[in-house]
Amino acid sequence: MIFDGLSNKLQDTFKKLKGKGKLSEKDIKEATREIKIALLEADVNFKVVKDFVKKINERSIGSEVLQSLTPGQQVIKIVNDELTNLMGSANSQLSFNSKGITSIMLVGLQGAGKTTTAGKLANLIKSQGKKVLLVACDIYRPAAIKQLQVLGEQIDVSVFSLGNSTSPVSIVKSAMKHAKENYFDIVIVDTAGRLHIDEELMNELKYIKDEISPTEILLNVDAMTGQDAVTVAESFDEKLDITGIILTKLDGDTRGGAALSITSVTGKHIKFVGVGEKITDLESFHPDRMASRILGMGDVLSLIEKAQSNFDEDKAMELQEKFRKQQFTLEDFKEQMQQMKSMGSFSDILEMIPGANKKALQGVDVSDKELGKSEAIINSMTKKERQNPEIINASRRKRIAAGSGTRVQDVNKLLKGFEQSKKMMKQFSGMSNKKLGKMKFPFM
Amino acid sequence: MNNENNFFSKLKNSLVKTKNNFSGKIDQLINYSGVYDDEFFEELEEILILADLGVETTNTIINKTRERIQIDNIKDKEKVKSVIKEIVREILIDDEVTSFKYPMVILVVGVNGVGKTTTIAKLANLYKKQGKKVLLAAGDTFRAAAVEQITIWSQRLNIDIIRNDQGADPASVIYDALQAAKARKTDVLICDTAGRLHNKDNLMSELSKINRVIANESEFFTQYNLLVLDATSGTNAVNQANVFNQATKLDGIVLTKLDGTSKGGIVIPIKSQLKIPIHFIGVGEQMDDLQEFDASTFVDALF
Repeated sequence: MIFDGLSNKLQDTFKKLKGKGKLSEKDIKEATREIKIALLEADVNFKVVKDFVKKINERSIGSEVLQSLTPGQQVIKIVNDELTNLMGSANSQLSFNSKGITSIMLVGLQGAGKTTTAGKLANLIKSQGKKVLLVACDIYRPAAIKQLQVLGEQIDVSVFSLGNSTSPVSIVKSAMKHAKENYFDIVIVDTAGRLHIDEELMNELKYIKDEISPTEILLNVDAMTGQDAVTVAESFDEKLDITGIILTKLDGDTRGGAALSITSVTGKHIKFVGVGEKITDLESFHPDRMASRILGMGDVLSLIEKAQSNFDEDKAMELQEKFRKQQFTLEDFKEQMQQMKSMGSFSDILEMIPGANKKALQGVDVSDKELGKSEAIINSMTKKERQNPEIINASRRKRIAAGSGTRVQDVNKLLKGFEQSKKMMKQFSGMSNKKLGKMKFPFM
Repeated sequence: MNNENNFFSKLKNSLVKTKNNFSGKIDQLINYSGVYDDEFFEELEEILILADLGVETTNTIINKTRERIQIDNIKDKEKVKSVIKEIVREILIDDEVTSFKYPMVILVVGVNGVGKTTTIAKLANLYKKQGKKVLLAAGDTFRAAAVEQITIWSQRLNIDIIRNDQGADPASVIYDALQAAKARKTDVLICDTAGRLHNKDNLMSELSKINRVIANESEFFTQYNLLVLDATSGTNAVNQANVFNQATKLDGIVLTKLDGTSKGGIVIPIKSQLKIPIHFIGVGEQMDDLQEFDASTFVDALF
């Protein structure tokens, strides 16, 4: 369960390569092996992985390493771009018929979460001001119709049912008539779960499709699906020519490689993801986030971009100079914190850092509140104190604590933290200029 | 005997796809390659991973195969396959066989949509056929119409059920069921629970609470905690088993939806990495399609 595995491994692989301007074939070979394993561990289909790695190879060799990135980050960037491309560059929306009724058909294996998703989708579309009708076509699973009715009641959406002794094709036929007569805008058809190899039941879906010519046929896929995801998606797509995918149970801890497998074999986009048990827990799909998740590396790229756009280049240079000469003061410390704050909430940033999983961070006090406190403490110091923290004695500490509304312990903690970071800087200052050039962000 | 033959043929049928994907490919590989070099093992790796064995277990099997081929200087093609088969068999076979003691309580847990309720119906049917007195507890009070779903099964199978309304505290339903089981001298009480993703801490604590409620009655019942896993799920199944095992010590696993998937392979990493025995497998949609898992038979059907 080493979710930060890939980026760490890649960093290791590329340690030897610092300062290189271009990626060579040899560099890439080792990196692609790590990428291959990472994707396989995320349950991406083996064949999809093979094709993918080939593509990465072609794109990476000879590509320029961007100034701001290390070679490892550069490869991750290429991988990330390609993954995002494969899964659809823009997030896809539902299509609606410009006039008449829009019908949406939900299909998938047993236990993929069709009925729950039907409720969530109805709720979402209803909130856009449309009149929605849910149609209960799962006549096989005990209480499936009842489940849809309970959900419908919860969100105040009508459910059309003819019990479980009428054939699904007749049900949808009557449902469409009912919808037309009662001026519904959207019809969502919940079908029974079935195995993709079940000829008879797959034909049933085909008949439903022929009957109502749905605007959307959405395949529900459990995000935890393994290697078989490809076969399932291919079979459903072949039979029904699906229009999109809903990835369910993404709130689990699966890396969700199925998302990549399915989109790459069917060429169809993921339109929604299910992210929880509440009726509102249906979100639109973000290929970039999914890419990072599959790679298990946090949102490294957004972090890199964020850092670049927010850090003032000149100030960073000035700071580096100070590190080297060890003139780093509490004043600079405060400035650093302010810059970090301008990048967004500290906890947001932490979440973007690979390896910074929430559990590991539980013991660490890095809340935004804590940052505010530190700032207040520094603000309560005199200029002299900020430049020469050594002079802060017991009575000064008391005064600072009172001035900032904190306790003496907090002041002590901050001063200690500052001492430590100064020591760290001292170590950095032994490094070459070149290396320092890549170390613009003391927190990374 | 006839029955056993039936079971074997059914198992074999449901594993046809797995076998084609797995054993068939290994055959092809062995037949086409004369030497057992890196390329051979790379191909073997591909076959194992495609069968959902996961990176870790695949590596274990590859390394062992490599080692044995070298040590015994194996060249014969037939032998190479039997080496792989033997390694898989060693992983799957249990040192000790769990024997079920009555009266017992079976707590059935798992993530959403793996087939817990259907499995419970099949289990109830199995024990009833063996002449046991069975009682069901509708412990999924969360999902819409889950109580109705299991109630319909209890009616079809003509088995008693203890239930409450949706939204009730599941632990209290289980408690009531335990008291009823005692009073009615039930042999097997099977408790349903709501599906939950294993990374939801509060839901897992709820499960621990249910587990404690049953454990409190340990002088009256033996408790078996069964995890239901979906054979179509990938390597995340190993994570699931791991976390559920922490919340409620698992005694065994039921692997569902083995029919139709080509992925019976997931059995191997689960056993290899977690050492939790697989007790039952679901091989079809009929009531009788739940079979006790037998490692030897499984391996024979696979290869």
